[in-house]
Amino acid sequence: MSHNNSTFPRKILVLGATSGIAEATCRIWAAQGASLFLVARNTDKLAAVAADLRTRGANFVDTAVADLDDTDRHPALLAHAVNSLQGLDIAYLAHGVLGDQAQAEQDFNTAAHILHTNLMAPVSLVTWLANFFVQRHAGTIAVLSSVAGDRGRKSNYVYGSSKAGLSAFLAGLRNRIDREGVTVLTVKPGPTKTAMTAGMKGSEKFADVNAVAKSIVAAIDKRVDNLYVPFQWQPIMFVIRHIPERVFKKLNL
Amino acid sequence: MPETETQQQRLSYEQGSATGQPSAKVPFESWGRYPTYDATLIPLHWQSDFPAVVRGTHNGVLPVGLGRSYGDVCLLKGGNLLPTPGMSRLISFDPETGLLTAETGISLAQILDFAVPRGFFLPVTPGTKYVTLGGAIANDIHGKNHHVAGTFGRHVTQFELVRSDGTVLRCSPTENAEFYAMTIGGLGLTGFIRWATLRLKPIVSRKIDYEGIQFHGIDEFLSLTEASKEIEYTVSWVDCTSTGRNFCRGVFMQGDHSTKRDELKPSPEPKLVFPFDAPGFLLNHLSVAAFNTVFFHKQMGKRQVALQDYEPFFYPLDKVLHWNRMYGKSGLLQFQYVIPWNNAREGTVAILKEVAKSGLASFLAVLKAFGDVPSPGVMSFPRPGITLALDFPIKPGRSFPLFERLADMTLEFGGRLYPAKDAAMTAAQFQAFYPEWQQLARFRDPLITSSFWERVTGEQPSL
Repeated sequence: MSHNNSTFPRKILVLGATSGIAEATCRIWAAQGASLFLVARNTDKLAAVAADLRTRGANFVDTAVADLDDTDRHPALLAHAVNSLQGLDIAYLAHGVLGDQAQAEQDFNTAAHILHTNLMAPVSLVTWLANFFVQRHAGTIAVLSSVAGDRGRKSNYVYGSSKAGLSAFLAGLRNRIDREGVTVLTVKPGPTKTAMTAGMKGSEKFADVNAVAKSIVAAIDKRVDNLYVPFQWQPIMFVIRHIPERVFKKLNL
Repeated sequence: MPETETQQQRLSYEQGSATGQPSAKVPFESWGRYPTYDATLIPLHWQSDFPAVVRGTHNGVLPVGLGRSYGDVCLLKGGNLLPTPGMSRLISFDPETGLLTAETGISLAQILDFAVPRGFFLPVTPGTKYVTLGGAIANDIHGKNHHVAGTFGRHVTQFELVRSDGTVLRCSPTENAEFYAMTIGGLGLTGFIRWATLRLKPIVSRKIDYEGIQFHGIDEFLSLTEASKEIEYTVSWVDCTSTGRNFCRGVFMQGDHSTKRDELKPSPEPKLVFPFDAPGFLLNHLSVAAFNTVFFHKQMGKRQVALQDYEPFFYPLDKVLHWNRMYGKSGLLQFQYVIPWNNAREGTVAILKEVAKSGLASFLAVLKAFGDVPSPGVMSFPRPGITLALDFPIKPGRSFPLFERLADMTLEFGGRLYPAKDAAMTAAQFQAFYPEWQQLARFRDPLITSSFWERVTGEQPSL
């Protein structure tokens, strides 16, 4: 397994480690012998994922149970992770909720919860992480955003707006800290077959989670800025972003 | 973009819903693509999902793996299927003993990806690596080394069985031994196999010392079988379309793991996908006979010796994902029997004659001698004798009468058919093949059933 980084084994912090895409990505890193610090809400699920990654050959695995909606806890949690790993090379943010669009259209609290989990919590985490990496002039922040953030559509605009805000935040941050030697990767997966999307209409055509994970690992190794995965989403979203609004507003996408 | 399907092979398995949120009813196919029944899919992702997700369900449930069984053992018409491939985590591995413990939705392909670079291999493997650990136990599968290694279940040292009432049973030859014996080969009906421990075996190379030998007629096959008792893997390809001089000609293939130390790289991912349903004209008798002839004569000369990678040796068809589409929209039926030694020669000749006479095309027939290593499973299919597996594209009106005839012949010769490959046997035939079925009925989980079980027992799901 080749990866062009200076330290080995790589020290990786994974937030939302029990999510489908995160787990598939961690399996690749574990097989490469990485050191991992995993954060998730559910104790049993986290323990199952940790045991799997240890068995697959991770050099070191530690875990913390936390609800990442609780932004007050973030500084202590991140400091603990860095301490446990004795350093940090990659921070990978994979937590998020799809939420209930129909309910969010009627109830602001539902919408606010989606925005808090998918936007406010990552902003809090990434702010701390960016400043940590800038001090060291090294590091990678990889964040799962979504193609849904490229243009708001009636079917999921609350989720989409949280991801749009996240993508814009990461673009600005990249512009600020690239010169400090810190890489920011915005991952925009198309619909992927995971527990989050199971049961959605057309989910049989969604992308395979292991193929998505492989692309993410490769993009981190190559210090890519933006990754559409699978790659065909890049031209598709280019077209969707450029449909004139007076046409777009009448479409059923 | 090539389809990469390492974990979830079957798209149909993915139409389920987030844990506890049943999908709408969707058509669901097994590998033979016959029959196809609608079912509600409730995928399992975590060990705690069963029995949590089945509370409040109606019409029965059935845990299913990657759907490589041919008939209806992995189907439940109008019921709830619980696909397990989302549960593919490893739990522990001991390189000293080769004992691997994992959730049972893991596929044999994923086990090989993990084990081969570490110098280990599956103790028993079927002709595809796209089956789950749970499915391998539930059907107590066999491989080319049955004559020395027995069935898959012999190498499963323990597993955890969860009943729909929440009871958790640790099963092994010494603990809950009855459930252990009924679950191995128990068609998934005794409960949900949550995790299992499999004993892997050490290898030093990916390579197989391979030898292929042409034979003409059943007697040559039998003498080659006798001569290769010490060789770990033996299997034959037999031409079941020819009569007369070419009747029962075939290629006897044998191999052992190479003992020459070599690089233990993981396997590359498959790239080919059979892209569409083959049209009917590709499947007529002539084209299949031509295919068989080409295949047969690829075997140049009498003997062929090679050092071959294990992938093409064990999994020649896995290279082409969805190869079952070759058989067109109407699907295929498999027919696999075992006939005990006392009638094995006579029975095999009679059945091969019947098949050749019928002219119902088959690309591939596989012939093998089972050994006498006993299986731990009460309902296991293998027994000492000869087994033959045939593929038939379904021809409306012609296939089923032939199958009924072949099943009756199997019964006359004292043999039995393999549930994992069956969509046609009658309740009377099944109950004659497997007198132990009433024991399985007693151990069956009251919520779990399958279309196969309903067909061969007449039992209705108890709600």
